Amino acid sequence: MEQLIQQFFNVDLMIEAAPLLLQGLGTTLLLCLAVVPLGLAGGLGVALAGTSRMRWLRIATMVFVDFFRAIPPLVLLIFVYSGLPFAGVQLDPFSAVCIAFLLNNSAYYGEIFRAGIESIGGGQRLAARSTGLSAWQSMRYVVLPQATRNVLPDLMSNTVEVVKLTSLASVVSLQELLYSADMARSITYNASPIVLAALMYLALLWPMIRLVARFERRLGASAGI
Amino acid sequence: MSAWERFLDTFFNWAVITEYLPALGQGVLVTCQLAVAVVLTGLALGLGMALLRAYRFWAVNFVIVIFVDILRALPPLVLILILYFGLPNIGVTFSGFTVVWLVLSLVLAAFAEEIYWAGVLSVDQGQWLAARSTGLGFGQALIFVVLPQAMRMTIPPITNRTIAITKYTAIGMVVGVGEVLGQATTAQSFSGNASPLMAGALIYVALFLPLVVLSRWIEKRFAWRRA
Amino acid sequence: MAEESILSIEKLRLSYGELEVLKGVDFDLAKSELAFLIGPSGSGKSSLLRCCNRLEEPSAGRVIVDGEEVTAPGVNLNQLRRRIGMVFQSFNLYPHLTALGNVTLALRKVLKKSRVEADDIACSVLERVGLKDKAGSYPNALSGGQQQRVAIARALALEPAIMLFDEPTSALDPELVNDVLAVMRELRETGMTMLVVSHEMGFARSAADRVAFMEDGVIVEQGSAEQIFGDPNCDRTRAFVRQIAH
Repeated sequence: MEQLIQQFFNVDLMIEAAPLLLQGLGTTLLLCLAVVPLGLAGGLGVALAGTSRMRWLRIATMVFVDFFRAIPPLVLLIFVYSGLPFAGVQLDPFSAVCIAFLLNNSAYYGEIFRAGIESIGGGQRLAARSTGLSAWQSMRYVVLPQATRNVLPDLMSNTVEVVKLTSLASVVSLQELLYSADMARSITYNASPIVLAALMYLALLWPMIRLVARFERRLGASAGI
Repeated sequence: MSAWERFLDTFFNWAVITEYLPALGQGVLVTCQLAVAVVLTGLALGLGMALLRAYRFWAVNFVIVIFVDILRALPPLVLILILYFGLPNIGVTFSGFTVVWLVLSLVLAAFAEEIYWAGVLSVDQGQWLAARSTGLGFGQALIFVVLPQAMRMTIPPITNRTIAITKYTAIGMVVGVGEVLGQATTAQSFSGNASPLMAGALIYVALFLPLVVLSRWIEKRFAWRRA
Repeated sequence: MAEESILSIEKLRLSYGELEVLKGVDFDLAKSELAFLIGPSGSGKSSLLRCCNRLEEPSAGRVIVDGEEVTAPGVNLNQLRRRIGMVFQSFNLYPHLTALGNVTLALRKVLKKSRVEADDIACSVLERVGLKDKAGSYPNALSGGQQQRVAIARALALEPAIMLFDEPTSALDPELVNDVLAVMRELRETGMTMLVVSHEMGFARSAADRVAFMEDGVIVEQGSAEQIFGDPNCDRTRAFVRQIAH
């Protein structure tokens, strides 16, 4: 037991590694600030294209979405980071992560937005058009606000997934939270720094998960006798 | 060499791909084994926890909720690194394969528990009343009446989550599991050519695209059928 | 009463926290009797039914069905429940099972009958409610009236000593009500003991031995259908009857 604490919950080592990890946490947050808005914007674009009236555009969007849902984000990331240089495209880790995750997250956020748009009945659009709003205006001011609210829990839980995915950036040597923790681990030969990183992820994401759960419970029911 | 030829030579070099094809094939085998093991363990464990939760023992449910929250909040790679590098220090050595299997199974179990439990909750209260009124016990009502309906409703989200977590098996490369991505990156650094990586990426698309298309179909088939 | 009592409810109380839903109900039902329970919504009619098989847990009082005390501690509730048939307002058929599957589930799992035996029983009961040809249909392929008749068959197959009906026709389109009432009438003719929460006055007049008016957690008065609907003793009963007559 003592050994377990020594190897996983060594407070001295944690304190020692904390500055490094906090620096990593800063990078992780910065990465989130880049990746989440990019993914949301990309997803919105994908959803609009996917619900377009042009058949070819819908099909092309579906192919795009399914392709990037089929390929593991890590594979995409490694391809962008260490495959593209062979074609003369040399990216720094941060840009590589942004590009790879933009592709991956657009597909996922896009599916959520699409489900939201499809959940709004045609009556809303008809009503909006009947008051003289253009197609784009009815989408922007009538359909999208309702659609977004309908899928807010899904958007939030996908955002949790996106934040978790940023840990993959450590694989391409981006010095975010997990990378810093693993560096500290390899210096100290002790897993405590990674446990500290885990605690930081928990502090970051647990409130969000609880919030999503509360959102979902509002739609839920009671069970069992 | 023209730009196009150079592109082909870099990403679709048949000589290189053929050379590493056996290794990539080996990787496919490992990826599939890992995926199947994770799916079986994770879903079974998740279902077991959801059923246990229906009995509403306060302490048990508390533990389940905490377990689920933690595994949902942590990036799987964090857990993998903790176990892979931490356990040997206390005298327990798991292979990379075992660690990835264990972590991804637990993560899938956490998500599956939550989805199944939401399914159980969403079954109409009248179903419980009817079942109990005919003399079925709590467990019988749960297994024969409520669970089948809950399972049906949860097929789309379970499918999507299972695919997402199965894809995550590519993380095995970080801890030396010779799955597709691991083989591909090794081959890339040996050959100094991006073709094995391209081949690896295409293999993943070939493995998972059918599943993604299937999930799309399942979503259409099951999503709007609520009696 | 000389006749054997099938259901007897004594000083039954039910509370949800502060709220008292049943405030000491006494009620008896003799063998082969058909009683109607009427009253405004929220008066506790459905709760009273659910206390009879302890789908709701009464806070005080006793319920005795066919000589066995339902409210006794340690009673084999599941074996007792199958002797108390219950039919719900919203049918509550199992959507994932066929009509036959709905009827056979408890036969097989509670009475431990073999599949063949259960199927036999179910077929004959479905025939009795006029739905033999629908045995293989899923609930969503049946009309409301047909679903409710399957629900009656589901309860009937377990050979109950008494049947409880909780507003069995109020979720039905008007043209489907008669199918269900015909089945209930047939049950009555074969001597089934029945307690019915319903406002089908026509049916009550022609079939009920007794009508009880319930309000605010107590039974206010009871008597023959003629008397309760035509000349009730109590003003509250009169006011309520006038309301539902329209």
